[in-house]
Amino acid sequence: MPAAEITRAAPDAAAPEAGEVAVRGSGRLILSSFARNWQARIGIGLVLLIVAFCFLGPVLYRTNQVTVNLNIHDLAPGGGHPLGTDDTGYDVLGRLMLGGQSSLELGFAVSVITTVVGTVYGAVAGLAGGIVDAIMMRVLDTFLAIPALVLLLVLVNIFSPNLIILIALISMLSWLSVARLVRGEVLSLRPRDFVLAARMMGSTRNRLLRRHLLPNAIGVIVVSATFTIADAILYLSTLSFLGLGLPPPHADWGTMLSNGLNDLFDGYWWLVYPPAVLLIITLIAFSLIGDAIRDSLDVRLQRRLPVRTCAWWRRTGRPWRGRKP
Amino acid sequence: MTAYLTRRVGQALAVVVGVMILTFILIHMEPGSAARSILGFRATAARVAIFNNTYGLNEPLYKQFGTYLDQLVHGNFGISYYYQQPVSSLIAQRLPKDIVLVGLSTVLALLIAIPLGIYQAVDRNRISDNLLTGATFTLYAMPTFFVALLLIGLLAVQTHVFPPVAPQNQTVGGMLADPRALVLPVVTLALVTLAGYSRYMRSSVIDTLAQDYLRVVRAKGLPERLVLSRHVLRNSILPVITVVGLSVPNIVGGAVITEDIFNYQGMGQLYYGAAVQHDFPILLGATFIVGIATVVGNLAADIAYGILDPRIRHAGG
Repeated sequence: MPAAEITRAAPDAAAPEAGEVAVRGSGRLILSSFARNWQARIGIGLVLLIVAFCFLGPVLYRTNQVTVNLNIHDLAPGGGHPLGTDDTGYDVLGRLMLGGQSSLELGFAVSVITTVVGTVYGAVAGLAGGIVDAIMMRVLDTFLAIPALVLLLVLVNIFSPNLIILIALISMLSWLSVARLVRGEVLSLRPRDFVLAARMMGSTRNRLLRRHLLPNAIGVIVVSATFTIADAILYLSTLSFLGLGLPPPHADWGTMLSNGLNDLFDGYWWLVYPPAVLLIITLIAFSLIGDAIRDSLDVRLQRRLPVRTCAWWRRTGRPWRGRKP
Repeated sequence: MTAYLTRRVGQALAVVVGVMILTFILIHMEPGSAARSILGFRATAARVAIFNNTYGLNEPLYKQFGTYLDQLVHGNFGISYYYQQPVSSLIAQRLPKDIVLVGLSTVLALLIAIPLGIYQAVDRNRISDNLLTGATFTLYAMPTFFVALLLIGLLAVQTHVFPPVAPQNQTVGGMLADPRALVLPVVTLALVTLAGYSRYMRSSVIDTLAQDYLRVVRAKGLPERLVLSRHVLRNSILPVITVVGLSVPNIVGGAVITEDIFNYQGMGQLYYGAAVQHDFPILLGATFIVGIATVVGNLAADIAYGILDPRIRHAGG
């Protein structure tokens, strides 16, 4: 087949001419392309709006979200309750703000923990190489080979759920893919000329990591951190659906949504669609931002590796976040 | 190639053993005991003692693990506490159902996602691409249980087009005999996985479209349709294959939420039930199978790579 011959003739990963200077120049390129990206603008705007809604909202709109009041349960929207009340008499609008707080806090916290732990683990494995790398990767594979949701179910049974525990548990599942990603990136950067040069000049491993490897890998790390926020919120909502989320009086969008779905066919729409819409908008916002960052990185990649960007892709792998549970 | 395969299989074995040890430790850390969850809270101490004795649960953990491994090597997965059936026959009964469910939904998702990704990449940054991006992200952002219940509400409760429950037949043949009931679970799973695949496909095609060999192909006078179907598709499908390979364990592990909602009696339900009921033999057996599937999936993806892309050869490891 002619196609095969032509592709075989194409050189594999072109030798990058990039040194530190070129990379720094492309940093500006990434930023400007990110700022011009409609996805990034919409995503950041939405995230700001939702953060304001959840954290400033309760200051302006005060509701009782602690004690149950069955006298006012399942009220339709209107009167003193713009979005009605739920089956235990909580004001839905106020509860959305409260629920958003825990969902967002969880998302951000998991993302930070995951990124730090995963980056360190992946970087150490990638830089160490040899037997250390092999052992570290097999440990990772072991965790990855157990279905995430099952692992989560068992863990939630062991520890009684509260926000801190849930953050810890969801982080335990999410750092794996980041670690793998960073290791791949470090492996692909290690033989580059500028890294060799830094080594020859006597950089310690620590300095090599901090000054040369991590700054170059920061792009993929940021992309995966953004998507981790969305995934963590989604995990929490799935756990809530199984009744393993935050116990009341704490709230989160997933619990609200799955409680509301019990009454979906009885006409209580205000218990279903508001949390669903907020959850979906939040996740879309983070996905848009992550996607925009990835696109901006591609701008740099296309400049750095003009011939086969796919080769870079194969080596490192984009953040595959697995099937939703 | 042989050296490469040997190394891969060795790694795989290490991972599977690791998975077993980890699962073993984890499930024994769960609060409550198997005897209590099977016999109930009113069981007498004597009956609990008999139960523990029968299943060797009063032995020290390392001994239990040793016994289990010994059984496993002889092809014995143990007997489920709850079902009182050999785990191997339970798994043999349920696994084909998940191959149907997850397999069909993966095929459906790919059939939609691949053309969608190509279309979006060709039309990139135009309005149609942006709208489709919005649509796929919306699908990505919806929790599985929400998609499932919306579909049930719309297509089962209100319009009665499809039944809200998966086929309850015990055999795969019997299930396939009732294809209407399979539609909703399969579509639900396909919808929630579609977004990931189509995003991969889109970026991969964009990468491919920038390649020089496409200029050659066009200069040769090939119609654009053939350029896309022959050259772009084949070159950009590689990353998607990795991703499909990585999702092979899902076929075996099942889809817990979807199966729960549609009462689809697959591995996911078995797994979930076992985790709740402390049914250790099922948990360990299923984890073992999933571990193997993970390893096989990764290997299959690597090999498929080599076949589809002659530039990659694993010669000599």
